[in-house]
Amino acid sequence: MTVYEPPVSIYGPVQDWATDFDHADPEYNRNAHRIWAELRGTCPVAHSDRYGGTWLPVTHETVREIAYDTENFTSRAVVVSTVVPEDPAPIGGAPPITSDPPFHHDARRLLLPPFSPKKIAEWEDEVRILCRALLDRMEAKIAAGERVDAAIDYAQHIPVNVISRMLGFPLEDDDLFRQFVHDILESINGDPEERIRSFERIDAYLLAQIEDHRANPRDDLTSYLMDVEMYGQKLPDNMVGGVILLLLVAGIDTTWSAIGSSIWHLATHDDDRRRLVADASLMTTAIEEFLRAYAPVTMARLVAQDHDFHGCPMKKDEWVLLPFPAANLDPSEFPDADRVLIDRQENRHAAFGLGIHRCLGSNLARLELRVAVEEFIARFPEFVIDGSDDDVVWSVGQIRGPRQLPVQVLRS
Amino acid sequence: MRIQVDAEKCQGHNRCYALAPELFDVDDYGNAVVIGDGTVSPELIERAKLAVANCPEFAITLSE
Ligand code: HEM
Ligand code: SF4
Repeated sequence: MTVYEPPVSIYGPVQDWATDFDHADPEYNRNAHRIWAELRGTCPVAHSDRYGGTWLPVTHETVREIAYDTENFTSRAVVVSTVVPEDPAPIGGAPPITSDPPFHHDARRLLLPPFSPKKIAEWEDEVRILCRALLDRMEAKIAAGERVDAAIDYAQHIPVNVISRMLGFPLEDDDLFRQFVHDILESINGDPEERIRSFERIDAYLLAQIEDHRANPRDDLTSYLMDVEMYGQKLPDNMVGGVILLLLVAGIDTTWSAIGSSIWHLATHDDDRRRLVADASLMTTAIEEFLRAYAPVTMARLVAQDHDFHGCPMKKDEWVLLPFPAANLDPSEFPDADRVLIDRQENRHAAFGLGIHRCLGSNLARLELRVAVEEFIARFPEFVIDGSDDDVVWSVGQIRGPRQLPVQVLRS
Repeated sequence: MRIQVDAEKCQGHNRCYALAPELFDVDDYGNAVVIGDGTVSPELIERAKLAVANCPEFAITLSE
């Protein structure tokens, strides 16, 4: 069984959350809801000297304003780390997520068609088959008297397998993918040299896959990307690689977290689980509410130029965290914001971001999340955490979700 | 009543299409388009309001 090893911050433990916060301190994701609520009342745009200077807005209004303001805030780097990437705006290292206008629009447009709602709907049966196969394996483990973990045995496999299928990559590379994603997203506060080596390793792997597709073109997303034209020309290999890297990094950890958090909620809230099992028509609102309440993704921007933001003196190249999860819990936008209401009717949550970078994979992510939850509760209508909530291990860094989620199935 | 989608604001979150497919469609890029001239029949008014209230980008308006 893989054991999640949280990274250790080079800055040491946080002393004060308003002036010295560190989103990569394990205490942050563990206590995020309380930290945001406290800051909202006292210091809605907090500052920390860590990572060369980082800002943390926690209200819906400020998060939205920054997401919309692509002049003052550049996307050329979106993962806070000890190294500021050199790739200049407006393209950045992994278009379109690292791109700014006007280039962003053109890069994003290439990718939209395969991720449109109607194209993604075609994948539903595949996703369902995959979920059922994972549940079969879980059932076999339970029958053999082994413990099962909804994050490790279930949630983490779904997005990896789906995206590697879409890309036409060998399925036996699933474990490798997860390692790549871990290296890049969760070791952000570790050794900069090691981080650079992580990127080199995955770049080499992707170039080999592209070569393989050049020799054997097929009807998949990799061949689509190699074929599509921008400004009348095919994309160079390194750009195809950059886009694929982005799809892996953006699509795996995030969706795995969303599925895990939703199952965690159902394991710890018997009423909601029973209501959902009894009434499938609640599924749509329940999924949106899980996305709101447990939004897994916090993005970042770099300050593009010195400027004043609501009285905060922002300096060029400082980081700004964009905690969509905190925006989703702002009581001024959502009544009863801190309560999870699986039948919430009005829910304009920002789990998939706001503005031009709206998650390109949101239709796929929603499909995976819905099918994963539907299949899980259909197979296991009664389950609880195996042990106590302390046995649940949450991720560290900008993507929040359970990495270990031991469950005890009471009835299948 | 009529619904309108502001194409400048719509980012293709696709909430409207999921909630009220009788009123909204999506193009090949996943952006919303209103069906027909956007006229909302009385029995669909509640759905239209739901779409307005769930659009993260405040891109949909319902007017007389
Ligand atoms: C529940 C799962 C997911 C969540 C919560 C999520 C969240 C987000 C957020 C908040 C952004 C905005 C980034 C920004 O403003 O800088 C984003 C962008 C993006 N996401 Fe997702 N994501 C998820 C799953 C996926 C999947 C499955 C894929 C693809 C396979 C994907 C691909 C992307 C891409 C390519 C972008 C960049 C879009 C652009 O810059 O135009 N995401 N995602
Ligand atoms: S919900 Fe809003 S942003 Fe999303 S597709 Fe509909 S109009 Fe566009």
